[in-house]
Amino acid sequence: MKRTVFPNRWLPYLLVLPQVLVTIVFFFWPAGKSLYLSVFKSPPFGGRDVFIGLDNFVALLTDRDYYDSVLNSFVFAAGVTGISVVGGLVVAVLANQKIRGLAVYRTALLWPYGIAPAVAGIIFLFIFHPAYGILPYFLSFVTAYEFNWLLKGWVAMALVILATSWTHLGYNIAFFLAGLQAIPTSVMEAANVDGAGPVRKFTAIIVPLISPVTFYLVVVNMVFAFFNSFGVIHAVTHGGPGNATEIMVFKLWKDGFVGLNLGSSAAQSVILMAVVIGLTMLQFRFAEKKVTY
Amino acid sequence: MSDARTTTTVVTGGAVAAPRMATPRVATVELERQRRRPDWGNLLVHLALAACVAVLAFPLYYAFVISTQAIDEVIQKPPRLLPSTHLVENYLEAWRRSGMARLLVNSAIVAIGVAVGKIAISMLSAFAIVYFRFRGAGLVFWSIFLTLMLPIPVRILPTYEVVGNLGWLNTYAGLTVPLMASATATFLFRQFYLTIPNELAEAAQLDGAGPLRFLWSFLLPLSWANIAALFVVLFIYGWNEYFWPLLITTSEEMRTVVIGLERLIPRSGTELPTWNLIMAGAMMALLPPVAVILFMQRWFVKGLIESEK
Repeated sequence: MKRTVFPNRWLPYLLVLPQVLVTIVFFFWPAGKSLYLSVFKSPPFGGRDVFIGLDNFVALLTDRDYYDSVLNSFVFAAGVTGISVVGGLVVAVLANQKIRGLAVYRTALLWPYGIAPAVAGIIFLFIFHPAYGILPYFLSFVTAYEFNWLLKGWVAMALVILATSWTHLGYNIAFFLAGLQAIPTSVMEAANVDGAGPVRKFTAIIVPLISPVTFYLVVVNMVFAFFNSFGVIHAVTHGGPGNATEIMVFKLWKDGFVGLNLGSSAAQSVILMAVVIGLTMLQFRFAEKKVTY
Repeated sequence: MSDARTTTTVVTGGAVAAPRMATPRVATVELERQRRRPDWGNLLVHLALAACVAVLAFPLYYAFVISTQAIDEVIQKPPRLLPSTHLVENYLEAWRRSGMARLLVNSAIVAIGVAVGKIAISMLSAFAIVYFRFRGAGLVFWSIFLTLMLPIPVRILPTYEVVGNLGWLNTYAGLTVPLMASATATFLFRQFYLTIPNELAEAAQLDGAGPLRFLWSFLLPLSWANIAALFVVLFIYGWNEYFWPLLITTSEEMRTVVIGLERLIPRSGTELPTWNLIMAGAMMALLPPVAVILFMQRWFVKGLIESEK
């Protein structure tokens, strides 16, 4: 379709200028600089950069701590994605029954999305508090196991995963509800006529028809867990106990801004860049609606 | 308002089975009521949903309960799950101790600044891409697209350096401008402009309206629904951003509330943690974005879903 265009030589450049300036100054230049720093050794307090090739990467890949942070990131991302995508689907299917008060339920399920993961983390920190928290208190009746996140790494990981999932569930519910409502009623009626029960309807109709949404949400939740979860770690566990909850983003910050190891931090940025590019490609590869120009 | 509308649709949707042709509305409702038997399946669904809502609401309820208790009630066993009487004094103390007024003002400035800035520059660039033919349009479009692949962590050190060189550390400009590029908002406006009939731009041109007049008097009024939807989503994003404000603010004056809250938690073993005050602070930090979602729910859902396509 041919669109009407305004004849003007310089105005379009002026219009895109703010966005282009921001992307160049705060996105492309720094991303390029990350690439540059990752192959140099830069003294933190000034001095000449020395080209060292892939040494920063080699150092990372031979560093046990870095492997731990990669593993932690995957555990964290898998936990958050698993809980909030599966939970979101189940809740959305429930809410999508033809019942009164759908709007009320939707509101009542969505609001935690407004809570910052860091703030959620602080609330969960108290729920998990070894001395006063309600969760260890009730668990103490069931088991003698010391459910202390300050000592047990996996408890700390469970804490940050649950807090993050809590805030993120509503996002998935919103998307699943939108996807479910797009399933034509005729399909569901046909299944009713054929005598399909609720379980069969769920596995044979809903799951396949909703799979593009599911796939999209899995990728988005992974990206979220990998890149937007610095806050919950920093506010709650600081990567601890030991480095049990030190995810890649946190280690990058710690090495760069606390340890002042700029080269290593930049190399970690570059590795994360590869992760996000991979995830984004995956998303657009399989997205129903491709962005085309 | 939005709720009332949706509920109506749902209710009529549920009553499809009832005969509704020439029958007066009251009679239809009456008839349907007679036909309806107690529906145990529906009841189960309601119970299950109510359970989900309760599980989701529990952490917030618990935080609220703690925020109303005196410290000796907070640490007593078994834990008390009912609100106590210290709400006002706890909130006043948390407000005073954390410098909450300043934190909330900073968060509001950052959230509104980021949201308005993103919407403004995205509208302008989407307008340029759809309504002009110019060299480099494709390049601009793809460069905006690429920002999707550059979240803050992958460019954190150099971005910090750039902001430092600009003298923007501890400033509102530093807190907002680097977050303003938005691929999703640009795509949303571009998609929307493409659905606007060509005739509108033709008519505007015949009337002698220039491009800026067209943007201001025609496109902007048509875009309000999209702007509101994006605003809600971006406001929440801006309010809850943690990494960036933590890095570039060192003075107490410029902290946002999500960062400032962490300060209430003692890290040394010698201080007695005042959990009731921490929870009061948390309630104050989470109230504004949650209220925005509750009051603008319809826009929020639209913004979430449409900006991600």
